[in-house]
Amino acid sequence: MEGDLAHIGAGLAAIGSGAAAIGVGTVAGNYLAGALRNPSAAAGQTATLFIGLAFAEALGIFAFLVSLLLMFAV
Amino acid sequence: MAEDKAEPGLVFHPLDQFIVKPLFGDGPVSWYTPTNLTFWMALALLAIIAVFVFGSRGRAVIPSRLQSIAELIYGFIYKMVEDVTGKEGVKYFPYIMTLFLFVLFSNYLSQIPASYSPTSMIAVTAVMGFGVFIAVTILGFVKNGPAFLGLFWMSDAPAILRPVIAIIEVISYFVRPVSHSIRLAGNIMAGHAVIKVFAGFAALTLVSPVAILGIVAIFGLEMLVSGIQAYVFTILTCVYLNDALHPSH
Repeated sequence: MEGDLAHIGAGLAAIGSGAAAIGVGTVAGNYLAGALRNPSAAAGQTATLFIGLAFAEALGIFAFLVSLLLMFAV
Repeated sequence: MAEDKAEPGLVFHPLDQFIVKPLFGDGPVSWYTPTNLTFWMALALLAIIAVFVFGSRGRAVIPSRLQSIAELIYGFIYKMVEDVTGKEGVKYFPYIMTLFLFVLFSNYLSQIPASYSPTSMIAVTAVMGFGVFIAVTILGFVKNGPAFLGLFWMSDAPAILRPVIAIIEVISYFVRPVSHSIRLAGNIMAGHAVIKVFAGFAALTLVSPVAILGIVAIFGLEMLVSGIQAYVFTILTCVYLNDALHPSH
């Protein structure tokens, strides 16, 4: 029966993926809004964009890792 | 997952593809055993050597296609190192180029069906991530001496907040190698596992068209993610290197 609880926990941890999606969308959307206002400055900020995306996405990956651990390791 | 075996769809486990197996026979895996992991790492190295040796052999003024690829990759990473770390960082360009090429080529080689992806293995990425962390920390102390600790001490923050910020900065500094390596391994592992999950649904007649379209879409996304993750791994290395070379906040 404890396996069932672990599966519920894994499903709850998957909410983190949605939260990371919100974060990634915020980063990319704000970049696009800024880039459309000042296209000449946009090219210099792509590196910052990708770093921001990476940080936002990494937390979603952590949630994915937690759910994997709950599914297969606990 | 015994109960999955009973269902018609999922006859294999989506995480089976990440098991490290010996290449010949199935004995125990020691550090010297040729496994599928070392095989695909060797293939990635051979591919890198092929692209760069054959690409730079012609030295044509008007580059061939292979030479263009080699030159574009070289120029791209060189410019990135120069932009992020400044002139002093160019000395460390070979290390960053090596990391980028290995991650990029093993990411793309792992898109071949039935292959093994070395970068999905946390041991591989952790060696690279902690290697960067240790190298950058030593470099920071060698270049700046005790002034490197200024990285944690925000001198323009209010005096009361400075110790609190210092604690947070120290924690975030030590989490860096963990997130650096898990980001890469997690992205690649997640992508491959999702493809396998869709492949499991493809066996069910009712949903198989949707599942096959899903595999195609996820595969396209994975081609994008492979490149982006290699880029992100490299640029974060550059950012950490920049922190070591110019620690003042």
